[in-house]
Amino acid sequence: MRVNVTVNGAPQTVDDVWEGESLLYMLRERMGLPGSKNACEQGECGSCTVYLDGVPACSCLVAAGQAEGREVRTVEGLAEGSTGADGRLDPVQEAFVEAGAVQCGFCTPGLVVQSHDLISRVPDPSDAEIREALAGNLCRCTGYEKILDAVRLAARRRAEASA
Amino acid sequence: MDFLRPPTWADALAAKAEHPDAVPLQGGTDVMVELNFGARRPAALLDLTRIADLAGWDDDGGRIRVGAGVPYARLIDGLGDRLPGLAQAARTVGSPQIRNRGTVGGNLGAASPAGDSHPPLLAAGAVVEAESAARGTRMIPAAEFYTGVKRNALAPDELIRAFWTPPAPGPQYFSKIGTRNAMVIAVCSFAIALHPEERRVGTGIGSAAPTPVRAVAAEEFLSAELDWEGRTPLAVSAAQRFGALVADAAAPIDDVRGTADYRRHALSVMARRTLTWAWNDHAGDSRREAS
Ligand SMILES: Cc1cc2nc3c(=O)[nH]c(=O)nc-3n(C[C@H](O)[C@H](O)[C@H](O)COP(=O)(O)OP(=O)(O)OC[C@H]3O[C@@H](n4cnc5c(N)ncnc54)[C@H](O)[C@@H]3O)c2cc1C
Ligand code: FES
Ligand code: FES
Repeated sequence: MRVNVTVNGAPQTVDDVWEGESLLYMLRERMGLPGSKNACEQGECGSCTVYLDGVPACSCLVAAGQAEGREVRTVEGLAEGSTGADGRLDPVQEAFVEAGAVQCGFCTPGLVVQSHDLISRVPDPSDAEIREALAGNLCRCTGYEKILDAVRLAARRRAEASA
Repeated sequence: MDFLRPPTWADALAAKAEHPDAVPLQGGTDVMVELNFGARRPAALLDLTRIADLAGWDDDGGRIRVGAGVPYARLIDGLGDRLPGLAQAARTVGSPQIRNRGTVGGNLGAASPAGDSHPPLLAAGAVVEAESAARGTRMIPAAEFYTGVKRNALAPDELIRAFWTPPAPGPQYFSKIGTRNAMVIAVCSFAIALHPEERRVGTGIGSAAPTPVRAVAAEEFLSAELDWEGRTPLAVSAAQRFGALVADAAAPIDDVRGTADYRRHALSVMARRTLTWAWNDHAGDSRREAS
């Protein structure tokens, strides 16, 4: 079937989509957007998290056909001017790099999207709020401490930038 | 496989009548797992997410009618004050991403004995609104909706449109046993709802029988035992008896998540605990009213 969907601001048409496939599969295998990771395909790990109409969701649990006419924003679409050569990382991405919150990096795209959503809704999250927001994102490398550091750093940066 | 995308409720009913084997798809948090793992290859998927009125609710003061497609996250934010027991259960479902997509309608459709919305729906006396193109609307009390392990009372041509429940007339609590706070299927769970005007207690047990069940004998015992008017403190013996009757109402099995004995024990503890919270709230309300 054909799916029309806006991804990272650009309207796209994708053909030959299998009716039972996930949005994650369509993004990765048909649209050249491998940023969202496929680790569990059952909603347990959060590494496939994308915005769907502005709400974070596990793209492995969204049928590709459900994205028809909707807006998807993936980790590739967070950086400003990410399509140009002068692309700049989003402050959340920068904070992850600076805080050492990235080791193998497999969990990172999902954590970045989920953290991005958290600090846009809750500008100064408590540790409990950060833990709750990230409870659906698994990381096998970092032990999570540096991820918490990164979210706190990103929230601080964001507050400074808007002050 | 067909991918059916009805734009309206009437179209959805017509599509389900024409394709009774089509699998309804709401948040996809159950259905997509089965598809991704090849556990299910339905002839058709029936996407219900285009139907706007499934994702809203009406509150006429007497009863709240909640559309089958309201995700947990919106239910918690928008109805948490009026449906505290269900909202408390909803907060324990999966993770934020799962709660952004998963719905009570999907929980009812899946009818897993471990589904977290079932105990509070049973305790509150909720009613499921099912509909078919051929026979119209059918109101099914939650207690009659669960018919077997992952089976419900829906006919092949029926869809769930909404569930109806009164705004909480008294304190409501939910409790769940699992290995961590997020992402756990309940080992067992329990919900209580006090209906002070009717001098009645409602209960629901999850993950400890082939279907979600009420603890009817425990409800009857406690409804008669509580001092509804005087709101005197709960007798320890009454709370214990309530816990024992709740454990008796379960028919648990040994499985990877826990033993039957453990489930019975945990249920009696959760029953006592949630009752204590609820009764303290009820007694506290009278103190506030008096002052
Ligand atoms: C990682 C993870 C964690 C989870 N944790 C929990 C948890 O803690 N507690 C819990 O209870 N569940 C949990 N679940 C299961 C799932 O999220 C819930 O059952 C959820 O309520 C399903 O809602 P949905 O809208 O996503 O349903 P869907 O997957 O869209 O549908 C579920 C079932 O209901 C049917 N259906 C959907 N809508 C209708 C309708 N309107 N009429 C008739 N049938 C319909 C579908 O055909 C399907 O059989 C978890 C799932 C995942 C992936
Ligand atoms: S791949 Fe989607 S949650 Fe793990
Ligand atoms: S950095 Fe390796 S899984 Fe998180």
